Amino acid sequence: MSALSELSKLRTGGHQTPEQRAARRKETSRDNRAGYAFLAPWLVGLFAFTIGPMLASLYLSFTDYNLIQSPNFTGFDNIVRMLGDDRLHQSLRVTFTYVLVGVPLQLIVALGIALLLNKGMRGLPFYRSVFYLPSMLGGSVAVSLLWRQIFGTDGLINQLLRALGVDATIGYVSHPDYALWTLILLHVWTFGSPMVIFLAGLRQIPTMYYEAAALDGANSRKIFLRVTLPLLSPIIFFNLVLQVIGAFQSFTQAFIVSGGSGGPSDSTLFYTLYLYERGFTNFQMGYASAMAWLLLVIIAAFTAINFFAAKYWVFYDD
Amino acid sequence: MAGPRPDAVSRLRSVGKHALLIAASLVMIYPLVWMLVSSLRPTDVIFRTPGLWLNELYLDNYIEGWTALARPFDWYIVNSGIVVVGAVVGNLLSCSLAAYAFARLKFRLRTLWFAIMLMTIMLPFHVVIVPQYIVFNTFGMVNTFLPLVLPKFLATDAFFVFLMVQFIRGIPRELDEAARIDGCGHFRIFFRIIIPLMVPALATAAIFTFIWTWSDFFTSLIYLTAPDMYTVPLALRSFLDATSGSNWGAMFAMSIVSLVPLFLVFLFGQKYLIQGIATTGGK
Repeated sequence: MSALSELSKLRTGGHQTPEQRAARRKETSRDNRAGYAFLAPWLVGLFAFTIGPMLASLYLSFTDYNLIQSPNFTGFDNIVRMLGDDRLHQSLRVTFTYVLVGVPLQLIVALGIALLLNKGMRGLPFYRSVFYLPSMLGGSVAVSLLWRQIFGTDGLINQLLRALGVDATIGYVSHPDYALWTLILLHVWTFGSPMVIFLAGLRQIPTMYYEAAALDGANSRKIFLRVTLPLLSPIIFFNLVLQVIGAFQSFTQAFIVSGGSGGPSDSTLFYTLYLYERGFTNFQMGYASAMAWLLLVIIAAFTAINFFAAKYWVFYDD
Repeated sequence: MAGPRPDAVSRLRSVGKHALLIAASLVMIYPLVWMLVSSLRPTDVIFRTPGLWLNELYLDNYIEGWTALARPFDWYIVNSGIVVVGAVVGNLLSCSLAAYAFARLKFRLRTLWFAIMLMTIMLPFHVVIVPQYIVFNTFGMVNTFLPLVLPKFLATDAFFVFLMVQFIRGIPRELDEAARIDGCGHFRIFFRIIIPLMVPALATAAIFTFIWTWSDFFTSLIYLTAPDMYTVPLALRSFLDATSGSNWGAMFAMSIVSLVPLFLVFLFGQKYLIQGIATTGGK
């Protein structure tokens, strides 16, 4: 169902006899010209906007390019600087916290609500819409502005607390201990899209498994642990990989809520925010390129860990 | 017999479930409704009224917000509109061409290109943004809409290529075969047979492109620094700076204006949205 399973299929489909290969080659040459004609825009884009820039930024990582003077090769200077850059370390801490707390929390809520919504219940389309709407709007500047107000000193949350008689005077977005948590909460609030994916996955579990389990006298807890969870594990894995990759790249929310600074005291300095500051405010393009590559390495490592760990907990039925 | 009958238990359980879901729905939607209501209140009232009751419709926020920046707000809506239309047309055209090649044509290195295409879906945008910026800057395209639109005409949103490949694979091959026997070339087959049949996939791609482009902040922030070129997200952001974050009434009013197109897409395109996410895992 997904790009992920498609990739793993490619890896395993390599066994062919010489005859099969010859037949394939013959068929291949027939469409060759048309194939590349249709693919031309994508190919140009791939080289001009993806592979070319990737190689360029790899080169720039080893330079001091600042957009005005031509780049000087500085070897590992940027990497050495990164090792001693406290704000970079802070941005990594912030981003890791956001990813490691926000993503699992969001997926747990998404799965929980999806389980409540399962199987032709009344009002399902209504609930699904209501829960999905925030995740559609969550990346917008408007919602980030709203968040800034809600968690401000006189924001909605404190107003509600005061209405309950609590003496609430903390501005959550302007307090270093709380600011990041408001962003994590915003992330959890957008659980709608993984929830929709879970719902689709739950619908694909054949009812005969549930019937068989019920016949064997399994209780609902056991059915969940022994039937639903294993059969849903590929979907959980898919959501996990996707959300981790996405969460590492979050930008708008932190930028707007902190007014572009990543503050207070760098407590919401997302990695991407710091990268933006270095590259596009200070025009340290070399350093920003090195940071971009570190981000790629981190995301790739996380994805690889996910794939490796998947062997132990993801169950494929086919 | 002791205890309630089983159907009474299950009814009770169902009521409990709905109560839980309705409570969750309220928590989820409350901030959005509150923002809408607050946009119709004077700013000082916003800061002390957590409820949703409106005594009067205070429309000054909208008038004030519309004219608070250097240009009236419709200027920025038009800017965003140009970018969105360009992005949608570009994505539909270039992604469907590539998808047809991957789904239907056999050509050399197809598997390799396909694998690369799948991997680019997961590539973080930030890895390519610095050199891309340098290139667009060299060609004098910063502060034009080209950096936001041109890549779409070259199928850089590989996610949609994949979505369309999946869809074309589901179209019966007999249809293309029949057309081919009638002497149609690939371009005729593509435009006359495949395109009309893949309207649902095109609609899904158009809707997602619309949503993502309309709310895209990062790319606009980097490429559009001249206030006249601002898109809606940038205009909203400059509100925050211009009023040093104090005129919440006007800010909420224009935020609501900026969300209206998204909400309309949500209302009328929900079927495609839900399907699109369910089959390919879009946001």
